[in-house]
Amino acid sequence: MKSAGSTMSYLELLKLVAPETIVVITALAVLAIGLATSRGRSSATIPFNAAQGARNKPVVARISFAVALLGLALATWAILMLPKHVALFGGMLVITPLTSLFKIICLVLAFFTVLISTSEKARRDAAEYLALVVFATVGLMLLVGSEELLMIFIGLELLGLSLYVMTAFDKTDVRSAEAGLKYFLFGSTSSAFTLFGISLIYGMSGTTSLTAISEKLATATVQPLLAVAIVMTLIGFGFKIAAAPFHLWAPDAYQAAPVPSAAFIASGSKVASFVVLGKIVLIGFAPVRGSAAWHAMIAGWSPLLAALAALSILVGNIVALGQRNVRRLLAYSAVAHTGYTLIGIIVGGRDGFSAALFYATIYAITLVGAFGIVAVVRQETGGDDIANFSGLFSRSPLLAGCMSIFLLSLAGIPPLAGFFGKFYLFSAAVHAGGNYGLLWLVAVALFGSFLSLYYYLIVLKAIFVDEQLLPDSRQADDVMPDLLARTAIALLAAAVLLLGLAPAILTTPILAAM
Amino acid sequence: MIAWTIYITFAGAALLLFLPRVCARWIALLATVAGLGLDAITFVRTPIAELTQFTTIVRVPWVPALGMNYHLAIDGITLTMLLVTGVSAVSTVLFSWDVEHRQNEFFFWLLLVVAGCYGVFLSADLFLLFMFYELVIVPKYFLIAIFGSTNKEYGAMKLTLYSFFGGMLVFAGILAAYVTAGSLDLNQLARFQFPAELQAWAFPVLFLGFGVLAGIWPLHTWAPTGHVAAPTAGSMLLAGIVMKLGSYAGLRVAMNLFPQGFHMWSRWIAVLAVVGIVYAAAVALRQRDLKFVIGYSSVSHMGLVLLGLSAATALSVSGAVLQMFSHGVIAALLFAVAGRMIYRRTHTRELDVLAGMNLSQALPFAAFTFVVASAASMGIPGFSGFAAEITILIGAWKTYPVAVWITGVGMVLVAAFTLRALKQSFFGETRVSVQQGQEAVETDLNEQQSITLAEKIGACILMFTTLAIGLYPKILLDRIMPAVESMRFLK
Repeated sequence: MKSAGSTMSYLELLKLVAPETIVVITALAVLAIGLATSRGRSSATIPFNAAQGARNKPVVARISFAVALLGLALATWAILMLPKHVALFGGMLVITPLTSLFKIICLVLAFFTVLISTSEKARRDAAEYLALVVFATVGLMLLVGSEELLMIFIGLELLGLSLYVMTAFDKTDVRSAEAGLKYFLFGSTSSAFTLFGISLIYGMSGTTSLTAISEKLATATVQPLLAVAIVMTLIGFGFKIAAAPFHLWAPDAYQAAPVPSAAFIASGSKVASFVVLGKIVLIGFAPVRGSAAWHAMIAGWSPLLAALAALSILVGNIVALGQRNVRRLLAYSAVAHTGYTLIGIIVGGRDGFSAALFYATIYAITLVGAFGIVAVVRQETGGDDIANFSGLFSRSPLLAGCMSIFLLSLAGIPPLAGFFGKFYLFSAAVHAGGNYGLLWLVAVALFGSFLSLYYYLIVLKAIFVDEQLLPDSRQADDVMPDLLARTAIALLAAAVLLLGLAPAILTTPILAAM
Repeated sequence: MIAWTIYITFAGAALLLFLPRVCARWIALLATVAGLGLDAITFVRTPIAELTQFTTIVRVPWVPALGMNYHLAIDGITLTMLLVTGVSAVSTVLFSWDVEHRQNEFFFWLLLVVAGCYGVFLSADLFLLFMFYELVIVPKYFLIAIFGSTNKEYGAMKLTLYSFFGGMLVFAGILAAYVTAGSLDLNQLARFQFPAELQAWAFPVLFLGFGVLAGIWPLHTWAPTGHVAAPTAGSMLLAGIVMKLGSYAGLRVAMNLFPQGFHMWSRWIAVLAVVGIVYAAAVALRQRDLKFVIGYSSVSHMGLVLLGLSAATALSVSGAVLQMFSHGVIAALLFAVAGRMIYRRTHTRELDVLAGMNLSQALPFAAFTFVVASAASMGIPGFSGFAAEITILIGAWKTYPVAVWITGVGMVLVAAFTLRALKQSFFGETRVSVQQGQEAVETDLNEQQSITLAEKIGACILMFTTLAIGLYPKILLDRIMPAVESMRFLK
């Protein structure tokens, strides 16, 4: 491993952070395009003239979409050019196959988020919105590529601030503003918790680098102060990944935010948070792991996470049973899926962590696709309740087929990716803990999956069985044909099917990167 | 070669998604006939000696990191199940010949169920088997919820959730086996010595999980409502093949992997089986809807399969496999008559209403078919039902004589409700003239009223099969017995 000191030249540093740099430049470029073209109307105090604005918007929107997509693609290429192993500044910036893989995954998720946002009604300030998505992506990349608490915190904040604004971005909908505020308040409180936890850990270990913390903690016992530090840090991440009982912001944010924002919160933000959470507990807190086995509970972070996981699975699935809005339903199911993924982190080790990351990734892919369909349906029928999905099959067999692939994958039906993901996770869990110690958690998870099929089927019933209830209120003045969005959705559905039939495509690189 | 049954059926399903609707039924027929043809060729050409062991036919690494292989194998039991799958599938397509509403989709779901069933029977890898097993669940839901009749959404959801609940139990059992033995290969697992305390809990979890699909009492309640709600093709497939997935997997996986666990619990399985036989027969005696009668009779007949399995002698288990075959054919035939021949023409399945219609005069072919099916179902010698049930009872006599006695009583009940249904539906007491009977049929009748050629062919295939196996069961038993004898749970 190359260890670089202060003697390193800026040029070399720039090479190593080339992907992040490209993404930042992309964001700024997109922002500049938006600013340059919106000068005229911001100066006017008269009400915005929709007809006039609509004429030049498509061009601006298209250019900014193209720039954003190009930038994300370039950054992906730049990651492939990076050296294999580098650690800079005591872990502040780390490049390993694992971080590179997940940076690429985050970029791909952002790419598809941008693609599905093309189906949204032409909104004012499309460029600003895209710039926020891209800034959030930088946050994801910093999060994934760091093994140092301060840098992780900066990444979290950059990501969080972009997401709060993205949630509140729909200026025509007061619920969007409410959701944004709620998300902001919860999010900033959780950041405070995380920061407090981090400061306690720094106080005890005198360092913020994860590997150094691990060495310091190796000799320590779980004293009250350390317990407080662990709990505080985990609470912060509990908010981020929407684990029960810290999930209360999620349903509102998922329901009222602009659809692509919700997709991004559910996908990119979640994957990156799981990577970081895994690193913190598995590297930094490795010595104070404890045990979550039912016959040998030992204090540490793993029983704590096990409680969060079990609670998330039960709360998420049970509350989802009663939902009538697809986005709220997806939010509660997201809570449940957080629970499943946490099982992998609790198991730890190569098997557990790779299973968790595999599951988080396919979950993210699935949710971007599902939200893409929600966006199209919302565009066509003006809402996203289950009733709005009725008769989707007769309107668009392609979307109906894709939605069934996404939802059945979430339910864990073969031959889709979710089925293999669950098998991988649960087999790792049964394997771990000695003498089937984690079987209780697997039993809870299996019971949860059983419940979940019901509400996914309710949505599918509306799509395939019910007649169309609502009149088709598709607007004629679609600014952009949503061909791009539909292609993106079909690609994601194909990916979910492919990863179910040939999961080795993703498991091999993840396992190789461990 | 036999592996192509899976591929052809899946390919047929995939084709249906893209082709125009005019040829949907022909594609479905072609795919199922090709499957049956492959089954028949394999049946004729494979020497019996090669069917004693679970012999690998395909083995390709799939996910090496987790030890998963795409691994198919065949023995006498599998071959028997493949045959009944082929026969049921072809006749199901024939009995769905006049489906017009969303035709492509209908045959798509139907072929998915058939392909999944082929997959389960041929799988020699635990993960693969479970994957096919779970794959069958969702197509059933759509088949029933979209194309069904009475209370279809409720029936479909109940059936799906029960199946999935069973699937989750199976999942837990499979994980325990996989993690303990470190392998997913069924042949390797069948030789692995699992610790007794693991078998004590893993066996009942696994067997009950599979038992849900086999209609084990008291987890059988999905079956009657599901059968009633399903379209004819759905009930035929459900009773014909899907219920057999449960009993087959219970034998192949649960019993074969955990023999000690099986011996600890076999007594209780026998109790559940016998209760199921008698209880379902008694309930069937009181039903007014013809399909409910047949639905409960399925549960009762599957009880006999479970009794045969639990008795764990070579003869009783072979009888159970033969009963799976036989019931698959007979139940398909019964549902075909009730759902297709009668319901499509009279728009009722109420026995009291049917009694006034004098259908034996109006639909003579249907009457003939139903008489044959009822005779087979009651276990009249000469039909496959008799051959299978007598084998089970003789085999079980050594282990559970009391259970055999009680089952005898249950079989009397089976005869009673079958005769009652037969008499009320076709030979009603209300004396009406031939003309009135004709009118009663015609007034409701907008479709073709005589039995169509497709229906006749379908019925003849099923009747021929049950008669042939009834007269010469040795042709199957010769292949089943050695395969059963090579399993390690036998007492």
